[in-house]
Amino acid sequence: MDTFVKEKINIEKELCKGCGICVSFCPKNVLTIKNEKVHIKEIDSCIKCGLCELRCPDYAIYLGGK
Amino acid sequence: MVSQLIGKYYRTGSLPHIWCPGCGNGIILRAIVKAIDNLGLNQDDVCVVSGIGCSSRASGYLDFNTVHTTHGRALAFATGIKFANPDLHVIVITGDGDSAAIGGNHLIHTARRNIDITTIVFNNNIYGMTGGQYSPTTPTGEKGTTAPYGNIDANFDLCELAKAAGATYVSRSTIYGANMIINQVEEGIKNKGFSFIETISICPTYYGRKNKKGNAVDMINQLKEMSINKTAYDKLSKEKRNGKIVVGELHKSQRTEYTEEYEKIIQSF
Ligand SMILES: Cc1ncc(C[n+]2csc(CCOP(=O)(O)OP(=O)(O)O)c2C)c(N)n1
Ligand code: SF4
Ligand code: SF4
Ligand code: SF4
Repeated sequence: MDTFVKEKINIEKELCKGCGICVSFCPKNVLTIKNEKVHIKEIDSCIKCGLCELRCPDYAIYLGGK
Repeated sequence: MVSQLIGKYYRTGSLPHIWCPGCGNGIILRAIVKAIDNLGLNQDDVCVVSGIGCSSRASGYLDFNTVHTTHGRALAFATGIKFANPDLHVIVITGDGDSAAIGGNHLIHTARRNIDITTIVFNNNIYGMTGGQYSPTTPTGEKGTTAPYGNIDANFDLCELAKAAGATYVSRSTIYGANMIINQVEEGIKNKGFSFIETISICPTYYGRKNKKGNAVDMINQLKEMSINKTAYDKLSKEKRNGKIVVGELHKSQRTEYTEEYEKIIQSF
C-alpha cells in the first residue's frame, strides 16, 4: 500500500513553448515533445524529483495536487 | 493553472512571458521567488527593481513592489528606494549589459557603499533585447552582431569586479544548477550589505545562433560541462582553467552597511 502523499505532474500546455529542456533533463525519460508541446510518455517512471519544474523557463510543468 | 509558487508570486495574467523558447530568464526568476518563499518574506516588504533589457522585463511579472527603470540605472533607483525605506528588502534584477556596460559605474559605487541591496545579474553574454550586440561579458573571440569577426575585447569577470569594489557577498551559479541559484539568493538577501549574484544564463536566439552553440538544451549542457567549484578550479593548471565557469560562494566579508551609517548621522542631530 502506498502511504506517502502522491504529487502528480501537471502540464499547462498553453504556457509550454516546446523548448525541450524538461524532456532532456528528466532523469527518468518520462517526457517527450509532441506537436511542439510537452507530453507525458511514461508516467509510471516518474520519481517526482521536480527537476522538470525547476528548469522549465515557462512554468508549464509542475508537481502538485494528489 | 500554474503551480502554487508561481500563483502566489507572479502576476499570472501577464503569462506567458515574452521571453523566447528556452531562454534562461524564466528559470532564474523562478529561483528568485523560490528563495523569497523559503525565507518567508512578506510580499509587501520586498521591492524588485530592474533596468532595461530582456532580463529586466522580469520585474513586470512579479507581484511585489516592482520598479522597471531606465537602462543601466536600476542600482541608482534601488539606492534611493533603500535609503527612503531601509526596512524593505531591495532586490535588483539586471542584465550583463545593463549592469556592466551602461551601468558599470553604478555597480562599482553601489558595491563600494555596501548598501543592503541584493543584485542578481542575468548574464547571457550578449545584449539580447536589441538584437545580439556584444557585451562586456562576451568572451574574447566570440561573435555578436557588432563583432561579426569575433570580439577582440577582454571580457569582465563580474564577480571579481564586485568583490574588488567592496561587495560583501559574491557568488556565481548557472541555470543548469538552478538549486544553487535559490540557495545563493537566500544567502544574498540574508547578508546585511551589498550582495552580488551572477547567474550564467543562455540566450539561444542571439548568442546561441551567432556562435553556433546549438539549441537551449545544448547550451545548458555546455554550462554543465564548464561549471566547476572554486576548490577544484584552484587545483587546475592554467591551460585547463580556460573556459571554465567557477560556481559557488566566491567571497564573503563584513563591513559597515550604508543606510546604518546614514542613520547614525541623522540620529546625531
Ligand atoms: C540609455 C539607453 N541606451 C541604450 C538603450 C538600448 N538598449 C536596450 S536594452 C540594451 C542592452 C540589453 O542588454 P542586457 O542588459 O545584457 O540585457 P538582455 O537583453 O541581454 O537581457 C540596450 C543597449 C536604451 N534602452 N537606453
Ligand atoms: S518529476 Fe522528475 S522524473 Fe518526474 S517528469 Fe519531472 S523530471 Fe521527470
Ligand atoms: S521546459 Fe517547459 S516550456 Fe520547455 S518543453 Fe518543457 S514544459 Fe514546455
Ligand atoms: S533574445 Fe535572448 S535573452 Fe532575449 S528573450 Fe530571447 S533568448 Fe532570452
